[in-house]
Amino acid sequence: MATIVETPKPLTQADFKGRVDPDWCPGCGDFGVLAAVQKALVELQIPNHQIVTVSGIGCSSNFPGFIETYGMHTLHGRSLPVATGLKMANHELTVLVTGGDGDGLGIGGNHLTHTMRRNVDLTYIIMDNQIYGLTTGQTSPTSRLGMKTKSTPHGNIEGPINPITMALAAGATFVARGFSGEQKHLTELIRQAIQHKGFSFLDVFSPCVTYNKDNTFQWFRPRVKKLEDNPAYDSTDWMAAMEKSTLWGEEIPIGKFYERTDLPSLDQAEPVLKDGPMAGRAPHIDPAIARTFIEELM
Amino acid sequence: MSHTFSIGIGGAAGQGVATPGDIFAKIFSRRGLHLNAYNAYQSIIRGGHTFLTIRAGVDPVTNMGDTMDLLIPLNQDTMDRHLRLLGRGGACIYNADAIKPGEYAEGVQLCGLPVSTLADITKNKVAQNTLAMGAALSMMGIGFQSLEDVIREQFGKKAPAVGDENVAVARAGYDYATQHFRAFARPLPMTDRKYAVLSGNTALAMGGAAAGVKFYSAYPMSPSTGVLHWFAANGRKAGIMVRQVEDEIGVVNMAIGAAHAGVRAMCATSGGGFALMSEALGLSAMAEIPIVVIDCMRAGPSTGVPTKTEQGDLWQMLGAAFGDYPRVIAAPVDIGDCFTLIPEIFNVVDKFQVPGLVLCDLLLSEGRLSVDPSVLNFAPPVDRGEMITAPNGDHGAYKRYKITESGVSPRAIPGIPGYTHVVSSDEHDEDGVLISDMYTNHSKRRAMMEKRMRKEKGIAEAVPPPVLQGPDNADVTLIGWGSTQGVIEEARAQLAEQGITANQLQIRWLAPLHGDAIVELLRNAKRTIIVENNYSGQFARYLRSETSFAADGHIRKYDGEPFMPHHIVEAVREQLAGDVTLSVPSHEVMV
Repeated sequence: MATIVETPKPLTQADFKGRVDPDWCPGCGDFGVLAAVQKALVELQIPNHQIVTVSGIGCSSNFPGFIETYGMHTLHGRSLPVATGLKMANHELTVLVTGGDGDGLGIGGNHLTHTMRRNVDLTYIIMDNQIYGLTTGQTSPTSRLGMKTKSTPHGNIEGPINPITMALAAGATFVARGFSGEQKHLTELIRQAIQHKGFSFLDVFSPCVTYNKDNTFQWFRPRVKKLEDNPAYDSTDWMAAMEKSTLWGEEIPIGKFYERTDLPSLDQAEPVLKDGPMAGRAPHIDPAIARTFIEELM
Repeated sequence: MSHTFSIGIGGAAGQGVATPGDIFAKIFSRRGLHLNAYNAYQSIIRGGHTFLTIRAGVDPVTNMGDTMDLLIPLNQDTMDRHLRLLGRGGACIYNADAIKPGEYAEGVQLCGLPVSTLADITKNKVAQNTLAMGAALSMMGIGFQSLEDVIREQFGKKAPAVGDENVAVARAGYDYATQHFRAFARPLPMTDRKYAVLSGNTALAMGGAAAGVKFYSAYPMSPSTGVLHWFAANGRKAGIMVRQVEDEIGVVNMAIGAAHAGVRAMCATSGGGFALMSEALGLSAMAEIPIVVIDCMRAGPSTGVPTKTEQGDLWQMLGAAFGDYPRVIAAPVDIGDCFTLIPEIFNVVDKFQVPGLVLCDLLLSEGRLSVDPSVLNFAPPVDRGEMITAPNGDHGAYKRYKITESGVSPRAIPGIPGYTHVVSSDEHDEDGVLISDMYTNHSKRRAMMEKRMRKEKGIAEAVPPPVLQGPDNADVTLIGWGSTQGVIEEARAQLAEQGITANQLQIRWLAPLHGDAIVELLRNAKRTIIVENNYSGQFARYLRSETSFAADGHIRKYDGEPFMPHHIVEAVREQLAGDVTLSVPSHEVMV
């Protein structure tokens, strides 16, 4: 009898298509981010079942439903702690985290800072549209000074946060900015971010075509300049990254600002994982060790 | 309860109250005696007033008791506050160089130690404490060797010379007392049993380890921090991951993430931290990811009284997170139960994929109790429920939230080929697809809601109803929940001595409550009184809301300190004698 050896077929973008079609507004920047993530996964050929996509709440956060991987749709602002717990309990999984600027930089800002300093091996993509979309157009932590929104009808008197500067200051070991309108470039950034062992932060301009009339595809297109086009730019130089991160206006840099690979990720630093993932371990602890716990009390 | 012996040691924080406490606890437990210790303290690291009560006896000692046999004041403040509480036969050992006794009852023995002549106080700053321990042991009729052994263990680990020096000081105190002071009338007996002495926090943590917890996350908050300390100290040895997180919101969400990966995950906090966790309990329920959250209650609201006990968080638990969802709530009845409850509640929450909440309080968390080591079973039954951890054939057709009769849908953990799905915080369909946005569908919503809520039936069957303890046809039925088990038990014994029979209904599982069974048990009760450590009668209101049962009377305490048996005895007598229906006992001493 002949033995049939099944060679797994290479994964294509169609294999990562989710069970439901995105319900984003036609023309939304998030479509481009979804496509770039799917293309990066095709390039990396990571089997669907070894990936978990985790999101918070907001337009961007329905993402796990639109991609064929394991998914967790969590609470507003809480995707990062959920993803951290998941990754630390099974560090063999590839964990992607997606959300918006309100989710990650507003309500979830505290978690973001700490997840960065911990260097948890996650790829975190902020689909940054500088507005609250799902709540129908209020100012967000990245809305520009003076921007008129439903919650700032007289103009925003608060300045925006700079996600790139913040990520660099908080100790993220991979910091990049992409643009939904630059598919190839974005796909490459996501591929590198997933491959980076440690916390990868990706702020992606993902224009809201319904509520943000300021930061549109047309507004971004002439302004974005790829760091990769400058051969002199050294993405291992933190000070240079800091300096570049402050540029905003006629020229807005996109690309990999910074990466360092000399720091262990949290799972690499965690001694309890030397015996493999937590998930799947036998529940009961070694009786000899258990006995020592009781003897210490006697 | 048979004869007990109680020691009170007090002083300013930083004066070393804890060490004599630990040493006495060790000596008593090694003599085969049961003990209960409770430390009344404040939220400061230096100064203030802290007062530790250790009570020992041959039978289980379930609470701090009413009286003190020996007082060791380490400063004038403690002397002034507590000396008047000693009764005939009691003794007070103190540093006669520095502390002056005040008014005291007849028959109290004042035992002033000439500390500066017995020890070199310039060299040994805690000499007065060590001398007092030596003197106390002599008066209790315990051989010096037992003290010497414990001192060497305590101090000699770092430097044998320090051990030698402290043994010499203790010996001086022991000999001085033998020559100058009267021994206690009833020397402490010995048995050949051996007990483990542990705090409720240690018990909760060890119970978690026994239950198979592989992920523990926390943010430090009194009085729950001891749970984190145990896991942090022992996690690596036990193969348990421990994470200190930026806030309690992160804590509980991290636990949910870990639980979804397939491990048992637990976290502990106090009322304020629990308030922050509230929203995520809804996620646990909606996404059907089981976790266990412990709330070690302290006096509230707000920052409240961080170092004082209360049973004030019941309604917070009952109302935690918005919307309706099945939850399990249990309150351990003593420190040993802090251990045994955790594996039990994990089996229930895993089976039904719901959040499990444990209502502990400062009294148990920070109190210490002697426990038979056999109670600390590190191999309890573990039932993870319907979990899919490897492909099993229904590949492709898998529905995470499949509608079933029991409401429970088999749970596949991430990483298995062929079972990809989304777990969701939004309402969703059987396959996890969100129905809350453009797909909203009222019949699906109703079906999913009913599926989740159907679990309540199974949970109720998995959890036993409470039982009535004590005699039938008692004059009074005392109803308590959680940590008041022991003090009510002792109050019943005292009432019996005074000719009043009392039985007791102690609630351990708060949700599901088994309301029908409770009403049946109370049907023939002559007089029912609910005892609880809060202002508004949170359990009384809960029982009434679930069953329409209204108790005849209430005993409540919300001054930060736990009940003492006589508080309950006097309140019961007051209520039986007249038309008082609410008693609020006053605590006798400021600590």
